[in-house]
Amino acid sequence: MAVPRLWRRIPTRYNLIGTECQTCRGLYFPPRTTCPMCRRDGRIVERKFKGTGKVITYTTIYSASAAFHRQTPYVLAIVKLDEGPQLTGQIVCDPDEAKIGMKVRPVFRKLGEDGPEGVIYYGTKFVPAAEVS
Amino acid sequence: MRDVAIIGVGCTNFGEMWERSFRDLFVEAGLNALEDANARGEDIDALYVGNMSAGKFIDQEHIGALIADYAGLASLHIPSTRVEAACASGGLALREGVLAVASGLHDIVIAAGVEKMTDVETGVTIDALASAADREWEGFMGATFPGLYAMIARLHMHKYGTTREQLAMVAVKNHHNATMNPKAQYKREITIEDVMNSPLVADPLRVYDCSPITDGAAAVVLAPVALARKLNDTPIYVRASAQASDTITLHDRRDITTLDATVHAAQRAYKMAGISPKDIDVAEVHDCFTIAEICAIEDLGFVQKGSGGPATEEGMTALDGDIPINPSGGLKACGHPVGATGIKQAIEIVQQLRCEAGKRQVSGAKIGLTHNVGGTGGTAVVHILSINR
Repeated sequence: MAVPRLWRRIPTRYNLIGTECQTCRGLYFPPRTTCPMCRRDGRIVERKFKGTGKVITYTTIYSASAAFHRQTPYVLAIVKLDEGPQLTGQIVCDPDEAKIGMKVRPVFRKLGEDGPEGVIYYGTKFVPAAEVS
Repeated sequence: MRDVAIIGVGCTNFGEMWERSFRDLFVEAGLNALEDANARGEDIDALYVGNMSAGKFIDQEHIGALIADYAGLASLHIPSTRVEAACASGGLALREGVLAVASGLHDIVIAAGVEKMTDVETGVTIDALASAADREWEGFMGATFPGLYAMIARLHMHKYGTTREQLAMVAVKNHHNATMNPKAQYKREITIEDVMNSPLVADPLRVYDCSPITDGAAAVVLAPVALARKLNDTPIYVRASAQASDTITLHDRRDITTLDATVHAAQRAYKMAGISPKDIDVAEVHDCFTIAEICAIEDLGFVQKGSGGPATEEGMTALDGDIPINPSGGLKACGHPVGATGIKQAIEIVQQLRCEAGKRQVSGAKIGLTHNVGGTGGTAVVHILSINR
């Protein structure tokens, strides 16, 4: 993976910056340049999300692609942010600890690396909200 | 628009075929389909081929020209087009072929699908399949394809009480059907215990919940109805061809346990054919994972939302059930060479409607449905085939 692909989304990946449509007040993460509801009538502005939310569903991944093989097993979830949008991310917790409806908060973590000499990329994972990191 | 019929079918064996190349597979399927149609290469007006990821699997793009060339059609200079919608590429190729004939632009058209998946390491295959999901906002976060379907399964179990055993029953049924399909990758019975004891891939899904990595190709020959009757005694009529799209990410769906693309494609198809789900005698649905078959029978309208698990447990989807699902063995046991799957589904239904399905014949089948999904439901393609026009 070339650096620009990661670099251009650093604000979004590090700080959960998505978009808001000022026409319909719809909130979107990841950012969109076109509002899916208003399309050309939409007025898109940046919007930062708190990153707190709850687990809608989850899995523990035991068999992963080469890039994630060393991290297995890891918990992957769909998280509904308190503001509304849903996203996919890892939960840093014991597989037995994950529950549907569990409250989570964001943490800044290494997501992966492009081989031993490639770029290391970072972003947002989640932890159970009660846990102190 | 003209009515369209399938007048010939051809399919390779499905499986790990280390001795066969991408082009070997495609040519075998295409030639068999032409022979079955009583047609010749000179008759072909156009070719559409579904292929998901030759770029990643065999490091080859420009598949349209490659297959036309190796099928011996280069000197005829016919249009040859590759279409792609991840695992729905085959269904999409069929639809493109149907539209080309229906429009009146082309008469004899080949719709085919091919995938050669075993020329790369398994890790590469997993990564290639993950490209059917959103790379930036699912794949980069560590999502695998089984992982996404596992999250559908987890929520389906939570919302509707679907049990782990009911998921396993889908695999057991489809393996049983595949024992009667000479082309199938896994022609052996498995038990619920085999599924439950197989290694976890993405909890709650285990190895035996997943469709395998498969090499294979499939092709059908399409013609307008008037011509079809001259060439073939038993043309199978394409009564509906419908396609729908949805968000590429699973997390953006209206309901994570419903594939709205399936719902919409099916509704359009039933309307086009002027029938309802209860009129379908047999269906090939996209069971890339066991949970996917349960969602499919719900979203296609065969059972109520949430009751796919109990319906499977009660035998409703078995060969002798109310609505036999995946008599070929499905993606699960017949195999899933992704680009070829949508075409293979149509071939199975053609064989069922012609009463040529041998031991797995669904008795009295007159109307059949195919359901092919791309990704976790970003694309769905539904076809309805019938022995009557």
